[in-house]
Amino acid sequence: MSGATLLKESGPREVFCGLTSIVWLHRRMPDAFFLVVGSRTCAHLIQSAAGVMIFAEPRFGTAILEERDLAGLADAHDELNRVVKNLLARRPEIKTLFLVGSCPSEVIKIDLSRVAENLNIELKGQVTVLNYSGSGIETTFTQGEDGALKALIPLMPKCDQKKLLLVGTLANAVEDRLISIFNRLGIGNVESFPPRQSTELPAIGPETKVLLTQPYLTDTARELKSRGAEIIEAPFPLGVTGSTLWIQAAANSFGIEKSLVDSILNPLISRAKQALAPHVKKLSGKKLFLLPESQLEIPLARFLSNECGMEIVEIGTPYLNRDLMKAEIDLLPPDCRIVEGQHVEKQLDRVRDSSPDLVVCGMGLANPLEAEGISTKWSIEMVFSPIHGIDQASDLAELFSRPLRRHDILNPKTLTSN
Amino acid sequence: MELTLWTYEGPPHIGAMRIATSMKKLHYVLHAPQGDTYADLLFTMIERRGSRPPVTYTTFQARDLGGDTAELVKGHLKEAVDRFNPEALLVGESCTAELIQDQPGSLAKGMGFDIPIVSLELPAYSKKENWGGSETFYQIVRNLLKDHSKESKQTWQEEKRRPRVNLLGPTLLGFRCRDDILEIQKLLGQHGIDVNVVAPLGASPADIIRIPDADVNVCLYPEIAESTCIWLERNLNIPFTTTVPLGVGATQDFLRELHEVLGMEIPQSVNESNNSKLTWYSNSVDSNYLTGKRVFIFGDGTHALAAARIANEELGFKVVGLGTYSREMARKVRPAAKELGLEALITNDYLEVEEAIKETSPELVLGTQMERHSAKRLGIPCAVISTPMHVQDVPARYSPQMGWEGANVIFDDWVHPLMMGLEEHLIGMFKHDFEFVDGHQSHLGHLGGKGNQNVNQEVKTKNSIDSTTSNTDPIWTHEGERELSKIPFFVRGKVRRNTENYARQAGCREINEETLYDAKAHYKA
Repeated sequence: MSGATLLKESGPREVFCGLTSIVWLHRRMPDAFFLVVGSRTCAHLIQSAAGVMIFAEPRFGTAILEERDLAGLADAHDELNRVVKNLLARRPEIKTLFLVGSCPSEVIKIDLSRVAENLNIELKGQVTVLNYSGSGIETTFTQGEDGALKALIPLMPKCDQKKLLLVGTLANAVEDRLISIFNRLGIGNVESFPPRQSTELPAIGPETKVLLTQPYLTDTARELKSRGAEIIEAPFPLGVTGSTLWIQAAANSFGIEKSLVDSILNPLISRAKQALAPHVKKLSGKKLFLLPESQLEIPLARFLSNECGMEIVEIGTPYLNRDLMKAEIDLLPPDCRIVEGQHVEKQLDRVRDSSPDLVVCGMGLANPLEAEGISTKWSIEMVFSPIHGIDQASDLAELFSRPLRRHDILNPKTLTSN
Repeated sequence: MELTLWTYEGPPHIGAMRIATSMKKLHYVLHAPQGDTYADLLFTMIERRGSRPPVTYTTFQARDLGGDTAELVKGHLKEAVDRFNPEALLVGESCTAELIQDQPGSLAKGMGFDIPIVSLELPAYSKKENWGGSETFYQIVRNLLKDHSKESKQTWQEEKRRPRVNLLGPTLLGFRCRDDILEIQKLLGQHGIDVNVVAPLGASPADIIRIPDADVNVCLYPEIAESTCIWLERNLNIPFTTTVPLGVGATQDFLRELHEVLGMEIPQSVNESNNSKLTWYSNSVDSNYLTGKRVFIFGDGTHALAAARIANEELGFKVVGLGTYSREMARKVRPAAKELGLEALITNDYLEVEEAIKETSPELVLGTQMERHSAKRLGIPCAVISTPMHVQDVPARYSPQMGWEGANVIFDDWVHPLMMGLEEHLIGMFKHDFEFVDGHQSHLGHLGGKGNQNVNQEVKTKNSIDSTTSNTDPIWTHEGERELSKIPFFVRGKVRRNTENYARQAGCREINEETLYDAKAHYKA
């Protein structure tokens, strides 16, 4: 590893729980329904994070535990069974139902896997019922996707064909673009996981080479490995360098000639650098502080420092998987401070002390920091926006340069300066 | 277990957070896992607050559960008190912490802090947000005033000073509370009445201790303040007003009630008709078209009740549906609905509300942000009258709901989504001109022909399903369809249904122009 300083901190945290990832997972797989087994808090969290009101009927909901469920007056398993059947009667288009565990369901130990198993027997293939935990006592924000994908892996059929599997939710347009680049490199068999339809799961086997698109898929990667797949080691496809190394790693693994790879990627790289230039001008030399939330903090910091010239004050990360992050950390500038975990008060003290130009943070903290005159960027935007790949590097940079540009427009310098 | 796709109210600890964040120099230690910190964004995003809620979440994790979570709670309590130095400390738990029973309130009380500790017990699996807010405010007031002597004090007349009142109930994430307070303060000022304490919004624990200095409490938002007002009346002999000044009539009643409780003579100005422009605007000739407009009302108890009165008495609408999501207010909403010849809709299920809107074919929906979305889908104009809050409900401009100015705002907010009267006549007149597109709305309305078509399509498909079972589906003739198209779109679906039902009953195979009129006469009779 490079000279990055790895620190740990504990205390009050300010991060979403894994339930939040339902917000993008349900859009990726429109034939799936996510049923949280939890409390009114869970329901309120998801609707607050997802702007649920725009849906006539969203493809996610909460089976809210009530006093009777806790007091043992009603058998929680029977109750859940009843709720699921009502739901399926109302929404016959559902092909896969995820029962999502929450803090309360974990604490009172509702066995969702048992409920899922019984329902699968009863429903005889009409709907596939799966379960995973998105609880905040075990998972952070994007880890929910890790759980959901892990739950799908046992259903993936076996195959011996050589293929490239892109793992992690991507925006559809970005996914198409990346696949077409791999095709041009001569990698014809490229599939994605999660698929766009929950029932169209890619097959997997010893000839499957996995390229992770997202840095938060620890358990998924482990399970895929245990199904025989090979995980290609690479940094994540954010920014020109990250995306190039990511594509090259796959090309190497498929034995594609370097000259072909260069001839295809070089024009993309020079075009992307050109598009990046105005943002680099804006971002260069500016101080950046990343608070922990999405788990994308390390790759983002790597992109913003190496390619955009930003000065990294601190990288917060909810948790650190050293194996998956190794390639990323190696690319970080020396003496970069990475803090795993959080003590939100102390961290905000450090933010104020270092007077950064930009802070990447959660939605709860953004306006309070803006009110103190510190520009911010919501980390949740990174999981909604098409930011992956060489062609998207300037769009990714724009997400960070925009708040600075806006700050300059609204606060014109009164003294003449350069 | 209850399936919920969307909920009008959050859990009770969100109500507690609304109180804590509304107040000053108070801190709330909430025993809760990390995901619960989402609640901060309600305040910093929806209300655009430039400061974080004064809440420390213990953010315990699964690995802590095996060990001593009580020690963890104590650590957070100590740190919070050291760092924030509050005048009083609220201690409570969210749904998950309730299950592990660490009793953070008792822990805090045993730690020797020299500030009042208010321990909250908010049952997360049976209660909701407004109840939690009400209970929290009550516990704070009770705890801070428990040693206050009940001895009778002098009246304002005896003390030869102006009368003073407390305004109780306004909170953050409450509907237009920020502006209502200003409007009511202005109104009271005009009548020589001073405001002693406004709480919870903007009050510190020290302000709460000053509550007994007032002669009367004004209960502005019963959902939050009623239980506190009752306690203050019983224990400290402070009477309170129960009329909520929403609308012209209610503002008059409020002023009368307040003057009476204070022992003041009711000034003549209360009854004058020019206090609010609503009265004259509603009497002006253009408003003739408002007569009998069918309006569906749903919201929190206080705003739904007030809306029904304003709609019925002050704007001359016809209330065709009235309901609330607050079960605590059902007791008051039911008789109000009954008086209007309706059965109150008490539900937390927005799909049930949407169904009821469809069923009653209103011309205007007065509801929450969720009803605004439902109404948009149905192609019906809508105005928002109640929480749950949305960023649009915190306008930059001054926009109260209470008092005279509040009535002005209400007139504009409710009438603008409808077509203006003259415009409606013109549309009726030019309806058959080729330039005219059906479903046209003025620039003030927000629906086009699209929503309207959807309604019709839906009705058609419904009918085609019916027909397979009844096998006597009457056929619309060309003339029949043409006559139907002349009927305003918002009732067209209902007329179509009724006419088809009539045709079936009467054994008509075809529906022509005459059948339509026959059906109309049949249903009017």
